[in-house]
Amino acid sequence: MINFLNSLSVYILPFIIAIILIHALYKKTPAYEEFTIGAKEGFNIAIKIIPYLIAIMVCTAVLRASGAIEMAQNLLSPILNFFKIPIETTIIMLTRSLSGSATLGVLADIINQTGVNSYATKLAAVITGSSETTFYVASVYFGAIGIKKFRHALLAGILADIVGLIAAVWVCSVFFL
Amino acid sequence: MNYIFIFLILISFICAIINGTMAEVVDAILKSSQKAVEIALSLIGIMAFWLGMVNIAKKSGLMDFFSNIIKKPLLKIFPDLKENNEAISNIALNISANALGLMNAATPFGIKAMENMQEKNQNKEHATNSMCTFLAINTAGFQIVPAVVIAILSANGMENPSQIIIPTLIVTTIAFISALFFSKILERMFK
Repeated sequence: MINFLNSLSVYILPFIIAIILIHALYKKTPAYEEFTIGAKEGFNIAIKIIPYLIAIMVCTAVLRASGAIEMAQNLLSPILNFFKIPIETTIIMLTRSLSGSATLGVLADIINQTGVNSYATKLAAVITGSSETTFYVASVYFGAIGIKKFRHALLAGILADIVGLIAAVWVCSVFFL
Repeated sequence: MNYIFIFLILISFICAIINGTMAEVVDAILKSSQKAVEIALSLIGIMAFWLGMVNIAKKSGLMDFFSNIIKKPLLKIFPDLKENNEAISNIALNISANALGLMNAATPFGIKAMENMQEKNQNKEHATNSMCTFLAINTAGFQIVPAVVIAILSANGMENPSQIIIPTLIVTTIAFISALFFSKILERMFK
């Protein structure tokens, strides 16, 4: 099943590209010229998101370096024990919305500490796979078009992250405990 | 956003004083701003490639064809995009690319969709309802197969890493639906 899905995903991008090119050929669209016109925009977007990305990434990096996450972890540990949540997974819960590369690092840490077949590893894997780095996505997407008033977008994203965490704890306890 | 920015940095400084980690914090400022630039620059190549492809599809009329198929269900979620076919098809492409775990392809479609919505936006610095909904469902990170996580687990020798697929799918679906729900509820409170 997993092999099938993995090999399927290798073919998806070539499939999309082929459809676009065949359709262009059929409609006699000048594909090469239109490609280069569209591709030019890639530079502008990448440059435009830099200031937004710096603001967000400095925030999250400083928060992690200061030890604030560990302090929150200590405060939360009694609650976590009550819900049978392994203490090792708290860091991933606290950093998932902030930093994507950090999350993968933390996942690797948890595997090292508790073993690859432990409950902590499975819970951390489900959390990592089922969510996205909220702050990064917000800064890239809104940065690219210059939105400064985010309104409720971040709050909705974070609330959904919290619901996702609760769901992850519940689903994993049903499947793996 | 202004308050979040100020609050996160100041709270970090306070924690750094308590924990004696100020040196690490200063180092983190330097390293992470460098990293941000590297990430943005590393996006240029793949972004340019997909924006080029999207432009071909737009000019050949394939985008319009695609958006007509997908329009009806998406308009229920994004009611103010009735006159914005391009945004609808880019949103559809973004969601499908994300669902398949093709992060690199999803981001250019998502940014393009945001630009399409921005063209119709009256106040250019103020996010519209559709933008917020779209962002919220993107931050929920809906995907059918968490390929990266499975790769890490199997590289570390888990016997049966595909056992996490079903639980992950359940959780990500719940998160996706609640992102939609929260953005719809909250859009009335944040003008």
